[in-house]
Amino acid sequence: MKVLMFGWEFPPHITGGLGTACYGLTKGLSHFGTEIIFVVPKAYGDEDLTHVRLQNAGDVVITERKKEEHEFWNNFKYFEVGSNLIPYMDPEDFAKIFEGKIFSHTEFSEQVFASKFTFSGSYGKNLYEEVARYALIAAYIAATNEFDVIHAHDWLTYSAGIAAKNVSGKPLVVHMHATEFDRSGDNVNQKVYDIERAGMEAADRVIAVSNLTRKIIIEKYGIHPDKVVTVHNSVEPVSLPEEFKINKGFNEKIVTFLGRVTFQKGPDYFIEAAKKVIDRDPDVRFVMAGSGDMLNKMIKRVAKLGIATKFHFAGFLKGQEVYEMFSMSDVYVMPSVSEPFGISPLEAMMSDVPVIISKQSGVSEVLRHALKVDFWDVDDMADAIYGMLHYEGLSKMFKKYGKQEVENLRWENSAYKVNEVYKSLIK
Amino acid sequence: MRTICFYFQVHQPFRLKRYRFFDIGNDHYYFNDFENKSIMRKVAEKCYLPANQTFLDLINEYGDNFKIAYSISGVAIDQFEMYAPDVLESFKRLVATGKVEILEETYSHSLSALKSREEFERQVKMHRDKVKEVFGVEPKVFRNTELIYADWIGEYVADMGYKGMITEGAKHILGWKSPNYLYCNAINPKLKVLLKNFKLSDDIAFRFSNRDWEEFPLTTEKFVSWLNALDPKEEIVNLFMDYETFGEHQWAETGIFEFLKALPNAVFKYSNFTFSTPSEIVENLDPVGAIHVPHPISWADEERDLTAWLGNELQDEAFNNLYKLYDRVKELNDPDVWKDWLYLQTSDHFYYMCTKWFSDGDVHKYFNPYDSPYEAFVNFMNILSDFIIRLEKK
Repeated sequence: MKVLMFGWEFPPHITGGLGTACYGLTKGLSHFGTEIIFVVPKAYGDEDLTHVRLQNAGDVVITERKKEEHEFWNNFKYFEVGSNLIPYMDPEDFAKIFEGKIFSHTEFSEQVFASKFTFSGSYGKNLYEEVARYALIAAYIAATNEFDVIHAHDWLTYSAGIAAKNVSGKPLVVHMHATEFDRSGDNVNQKVYDIERAGMEAADRVIAVSNLTRKIIIEKYGIHPDKVVTVHNSVEPVSLPEEFKINKGFNEKIVTFLGRVTFQKGPDYFIEAAKKVIDRDPDVRFVMAGSGDMLNKMIKRVAKLGIATKFHFAGFLKGQEVYEMFSMSDVYVMPSVSEPFGISPLEAMMSDVPVIISKQSGVSEVLRHALKVDFWDVDDMADAIYGMLHYEGLSKMFKKYGKQEVENLRWENSAYKVNEVYKSLIK
Repeated sequence: MRTICFYFQVHQPFRLKRYRFFDIGNDHYYFNDFENKSIMRKVAEKCYLPANQTFLDLINEYGDNFKIAYSISGVAIDQFEMYAPDVLESFKRLVATGKVEILEETYSHSLSALKSREEFERQVKMHRDKVKEVFGVEPKVFRNTELIYADWIGEYVADMGYKGMITEGAKHILGWKSPNYLYCNAINPKLKVLLKNFKLSDDIAFRFSNRDWEEFPLTTEKFVSWLNALDPKEEIVNLFMDYETFGEHQWAETGIFEFLKALPNAVFKYSNFTFSTPSEIVENLDPVGAIHVPHPISWADEERDLTAWLGNELQDEAFNNLYKLYDRVKELNDPDVWKDWLYLQTSDHFYYMCTKWFSDGDVHKYFNPYDSPYEAFVNFMNILSDFIIRLEKK
């Protein structure tokens, strides 16, 4: 079995859970002998390549001839995504295209010029353009590689997945790690929603990371339930070197929020709950680690509530720093307003940190040894935090059974289900 | 008598290093030595040394006729001692001429007057001792941080025995009155108050090199013609500005040093103005009346109020939490704790947390080592959290 997989990020260069999930899944799939060509917009060169062949989309050299193919694919409906399909190129070449020369298919076969595409690999302002250009490259890769199934992760790569399917005729699996409704509440970005829906409609199977997400897919995107399969995420086991556990310069217990500071993650509810706990028990510190568009607002709120000597902002943490943070933490809270899955509580539990998670998270479907609260119920959240901090029996139990529980969640199990999906498609 | 009073502010804060959450409780050193040293050296070369030389030359040339005043914050003196002893020596030479007055201020260029009279007086005393030790003089006129002034602050200052105090000639407190007279404090009339002529001061400090300014280029003749255009009954023109105006805010290439060198001659040649120090004015002139300032004013921004340092949620939280610690700091009476407590009070830390960047953005951004006021706040609070832990442990 050979899979052409499209992602947007890959460890260690990640901005969220997507890269982590892709890594775990590909690693899990390697247990079943499944081969993977993993395409990312930008490869840095220091990724762990034990289990995958990493293809940097920016390294693909597109010559004139390929551009003709581009024009050919352009006949397909899905490519109407972009008038912005034009990659960065010299003004001269750009002009040629606009004179219609490329579309006229005439004089290019002789003069060969090669141009590489530049991807920033981040979620920048030219995102739609990058998504569309990524699709162009995807089609080229699909035309020049052998594989059985195409697998695309999240809307950013769906155009690529569709392009690859149309070129190769191979079945397409799209993987919903998050929906636009999770990211933006009810203020969805129509363009993103359209790409998501187009991807799921074109797909032969849709994988949802939780039943919560599956429900959204069926109800809000109108995708046929038979096509949508839930495969829960898992977590990579980590063994922590002992030296991590010495970094705390004070005695108070620490309650941690770790994630993007955005609407979806519910950082505001965490702060309100923190205020309630600090009012009751000043001997506790709260930490918000991460960055995002709500960060400044959150800093201001903490100042306004007058808890800034007890509530700290640690900035965006990566790699080892995440585990340092966990090793200092006594309680981990994930108050997400809408969380398709949420790997981070599992990572916390791996590090022996008891967790409080919102009921509005996919991960709550697989966890028994976590306190579950409604994200909006800050009283309940404060209560849970206070209990976890003060009733040792409770936290001990959650630590012990929680760890066992996450250790039984294996990427191999998730990968097995994904592999079954592949098999059902190629027969 | 018609006279010009020059006062220049000399100040450099101890800038804080990037201090992360993980450092809390582990790392008790808060300052960015490298940055502080390199900024001090840069400003020394571009401003302090050439400007001091310019003034020394002028004093040598005009003898008793040319006088100026400086206010040098204690934290600036500390940094001169650490990084720029050559600058400190040149200031000493200037003071030794007898034509240069040194004003009093709070040691750490702090906002303590607004929060704790006790700490304010402690810092004034510290500054007094430091000035005496370094320059061998005892200041008689007081300058509060950022020219912050209110009737009750003037009262504190009068009670400490100072004869005069300087502040901003803010429009909203002056109304129809002119800043070009000597005034006195509304509570204690013994304290004389000198008001900055912000129009003529800012013509030099802010507008000198501005090519969009209709008066550009500013020549000494033009400046003196403005002095002559003032009502003949008006007695003093207070030109107060940051010393870094010369060579740092206005680069040498703008001709600012040439302007300075030529100004006294133009004043003597085309006008009947003289130059005086603040204490000479306080001694020789009678106040025309009291100036009423119930709410604090400063020399910053269009509003001339405190909002550059205090007022938004971030600034108030940081400021209030800092001053909450005073009793404990005093109780501990530990030299290291006193020192950090002092340096953390420097007004610049709160200035970096200002969010009203859009109206006065240029000036605020120019001096700000942080990318955003939020970053400044988080960094300061991390440090303060560590400081609090130290206070609790000792």
